[in-house]
Formats: sequence, C-alpha cells, structure tokens
Amino acid sequence: MFLALRDLRFARGRFALMGTVVGLIAVLAVLLTGLANGLVNDNVSGLRSLPATHLAFQPGVDGNLFSRSTVDPALAQQWAKVPGVRAATPYGNTLTHAKEERSGKDVDVAVFGVEPGSFMAPEPLTGDPLGSREDGVLISRKLVDEGLKIGDTLVVERSEVRLPIIGTIGDVSYGHVAVAYAPLKTWQRIYYGLPGEPPQEAFKVATAIALDGEPGAGGPKAEVLSREESYGQSPGYSAEQATMQMIQFFLYVISMFVVGAFFVVWTVQRKDEIALVRALGGSAGYLVRDALAQVLVVLVAATAVGTAVGAGMIALLRRVAPGMPIAWAPGPIVTAMALLVVLGVLGALAALRRITSVDPLLALGGNR
Amino acid sequence: MTATTATTTGLALEQVTLEYGTGDTLVTALDEVTLTVEPGEFVAVVGPSGSGKSSLLAVAGALIHPTRGQVRIADVTVSGAKAAELARLRRTRIGYVFQSGNLLASLTARDQLLLMPHLSGRITAEDRARADELLEAVGLTAKADRRPHELSGGERQRVGLARALMNRPAVLLADEPTAALDRRRAREIVALLAAQAHERKAATVMVTHDTDLLEAADRVVHMRDGKLS
Repeated sequence: MFLALRDLRFARGRFALMGTVVGLIAVLAVLLTGLANGLVNDNVSGLRSLPATHLAFQPGVDGNLFSRSTVDPALAQQWAKVPGVRAATPYGNTLTHAKEERSGKDVDVAVFGVEPGSFMAPEPLTGDPLGSREDGVLISRKLVDEGLKIGDTLVVERSEVRLPIIGTIGDVSYGHVAVAYAPLKTWQRIYYGLPGEPPQEAFKVATAIALDGEPGAGGPKAEVLSREESYGQSPGYSAEQATMQMIQFFLYVISMFVVGAFFVVWTVQRKDEIALVRALGGSAGYLVRDALAQVLVVLVAATAVGTAVGAGMIALLRRVAPGMPIAWAPGPIVTAMALLVVLGVLGALAALRRITSVDPLLALGGNR
Repeated sequence: MTATTATTTGLALEQVTLEYGTGDTLVTALDEVTLTVEPGEFVAVVGPSGSGKSSLLAVAGALIHPTRGQVRIADVTVSGAKAAELARLRRTRIGYVFQSGNLLASLTARDQLLLMPHLSGRITAEDRARADELLEAVGLTAKADRRPHELSGGERQRVGLARALMNRPAVLLADEPTAALDRRRAREIVALLAAQAHERKAATVMVTHDTDLLEAADRVVHMRDGKLS
C-alpha cells in the first residue's frame, strides 16, 4: 500500500468526495434495512412469536389465508394423532376495531384466539394468564404505549363483546395492528360479528389448526404451511418485501457503478504514473494489489462511517417518532454493508483491469 | 532467465534491429545497432528527434524486445525473457532518468527513492540509509520531504537521478534528461550524471539532441535514421 496510502493522502479531496457518496449510500442502505426489518416486525411479529411450527388452513382457498380460511376446531383432535405432531390446537385470527369503555379511545386490534392452557396460550409479562377471567384478554405492549392498561375494558365494535384487559405481552403485531390474545370462545363471538348470543355454529369456527412438530402424512385434508411460509398470507407482506428488495437492489447497483466509475476515471488519470511504475520494474500484480488495497480502504472506511451515521439516525428516529416502523437489525445490516463493499470491489475491478494493459513504454517520452 | 556469461559486465547491444508495423507501414526504428558500454563509462547518443534514440533506450532498458539482435545487461542476455522477467531486470539492474524527472505526484523526494526497494519487496533500514545518502549526493537533503510540485525542474531531475541510482544499477539510461531545464541547470545535471556514472561504475547512456552538453561524456556517438555512426 506504499502508493495507495500516499495517493489517498495527496488526493484526499477527491477520495473524500467519493467516500462521502459511498457513505451516504451506506446510510441509505442502513435506513432501508432498518425500515424493511421494521415493516416485517410490524406486519408479522405476531406470527413470528407463535409457538406453532405449522398452521393447517382450510384447503382450496386462494391467498390471504388468515382472513379467508375457516376450519372446524374439532379437527385439532385428528391432527393430534398424526405422526410427528406433538400437539394441535385451534387458532383464530381476525382484525377488528374496539373502543375503551371509560376513555372512549378507539383502537385497532388483531385478535388472536387460542385455547387457554394450550401450547399456543402466551405467558403474560404482567397480569394474569388467559382464561383466569371470562373474556379477559392479554394486550401487546404497543397498546400499552397507546395508553391502555390492565383493568381497562375494550368493547368490540358491532358485536359489543366486552374484553377486560387482564395482562400484557411483548410488542407483537399483525398486519401493522397490535395483537390482543383472547380465549378461543371469545374470539369466536368477535368473529361472528353480531350483537347478542351467537348460534351454536359460530363456536365451530377457527382460522386454522396450530401444530407443534413435523406433521407426517395422513392428516385431515388441509393447506399446511410452516410458520415462516404463513407470513406471505399476511395482508401486504409479500408486496412490501418485494418493494423494499427492489429499492435495495437498485441501491446496490448504483453504488457499484459509482465506485466503478470513480476508479475508472482515477485509473485513466493515473495512466502516466502507472506506465512509469511499470517502466521502473513494478509488476502489474504490484500495481493491482496496491489499487485493490486503496479501493478497500476507501470502501470500508466510508461504509463504516455511513453505518455509524445510519445507526445513529435509527436510534434518533425511534426516539422522536416511535410510530415509525424502523428497527435496528444487526444481521441484515452487516450483510448489507458487506454487500456494499463486495459490490464496490466488483465495480472497481473494471478499473483494475485497465492497470494491466498500460504500456510501460509510455514512460519514455519523445519519438522512438 | 537465460543468463550467459559475456565479455562485458556493462551494456552490450549486438546488431540490434527494431521494426514496427508490417508491409507498407514498416518502420525501422533501429537498424543493426551495435554498441558496447563498459561499467563506469558515460556515452552520449546525439541525434535529431525521430532518429531512434528513444528506441535505443527502450531496447537497452528491457522495455521492449528487439526484432533481431542481442541485448546483454550485466551478464544477462535479455532475448527470450518474459514480461515478468523483464520487469524484474528493470527494477534490479537498470536505472532510468526520464525527461522532466517523471516523478510520482503524491510521493516525497525520499519516497520516490524508497519506491524502488518497495517494488522488489520490503524497505530495509539499509535502503533508507541509501536513499538519504543519494539525496545528499544530489544536494537535496534539505528537500527530502517535499513533493514534486514543491520542487523546481532541476530539483525534480536530481530526484529522478537519485531514484535511478537507488537499485545500484549496472546500466544507467537517461532519456533527454535536460529537456525541461535551462542551460545552467542542464549542465549541472549532466555533470552530476557523469560524476555518478563514474563513481558508481554504471554503464551509462544519455540520449540528447543538445550538442552543447557533450563535453562531460567519455564518448559521443551519433544517431541518424536508426543507425549509429
């Protein structure tokens, strides 16, 4: 890095400019990754936290299974006998609106209906477990942040089912709406949707059968999805992910071209010096290694600074705008930064190729 | 590398011909040139531009293979060597002084010299001492930490000469070293070149079109249309 470091110092203005561009791209990549992660959390953290390994939906339904599928909860007994299944229990999922009785505050909730005491019933962080009080619900911390607390009562729109809040769980949501866990029977009354005591048939409905284990063949006819596969059935999830991935893809392509173009121009400007070093006996490998080290120094430094700034912005945004779906995701962000560096090097390879083709004879001026 | 022992340890060109192009566009840059330079001898090659002087240096400096003929640099026969071997020969056995110095913009005067050992591997304490000694020999100790844009044309050329001596070359080649200098500085550089050639026992060839600078040379040969006379 004899030449690389001295060139970096000597032409620091130019390299700083390029480093700033790469750094800004890194900031954008960090924010986008945080946003993508935040959107995932907002959309499917409720599903991700389900203890089930698989969900058995109604067969023959096309898409949006969480809102379109209905199954008979009694199927759970049949599923429990399928080889590989350790436990099976009905699960209900519906999006609804409710009003807090005393304050009149309106909230959207994703009501998850589970059998109290089953493996699907969550442990409350505070308060009492599901089933300790009739129609009692456990609410996501997101609703606590919105001002609800244990002892309040939610009244579901239209069906007018009264849901006393008996406990809280972690910050989970589904379809960008905060989750509340209710006993399955309560969920079935909400799902029925009309005031008054629902008919018997209303209590023979669930969204899916939640399974724990690796279901083998021989179960009831069903659309069985693993928990991860079920994310795609959440409203808007696939479209959101595709949009974010497309934006990130273009960001990477842009950064690759920016870095590539810069080093091509830089190498062309340096052509006489490259010819000189080669005339002095420097091998092409010496010059390529040197230039590659320079590319890496610039990319790693710029990406590191960009990541730090991006991380700072995420921390700031979470404080000043808690509603914004942005979340710090170390794994994906490290991957994104590594991609920026690797693609930058790939872009710069176009320039490095030119180094090997410079004729050392250029160093001898005048006529030959 | 095919090394054969020769009668001289300096520079020897034997019936060297260099041609560019083919057919109607064939240019004979060097035409059966034979030239022997002993270690410590300072030979000036004079001729008008286009006479083949730079081609002579390109061939003598292992930058290009001649079309025909043999080139020996310090006991090593250059013919048949691959590009990587030529590069090694250049960085270990040959010193170049280019027109107007031809220094690297981002390097200080000392670093211009230290680049040479770095091209071959590592810079040792001995290399650093040698760089300082050479800078002193060309009178630039006080300006060792300056970059080319902070040096005058004459100073740049002195750095170029010191760099050419850094690898203890068997052959020292100077390509119009005074092209960018005024008369007084040109004389100083040529005198310095001659003194260093004698002192360090390098077989030295300087090409120039300036016939005023020849008194320092041990021998003067003339070049016209690719032929020596």
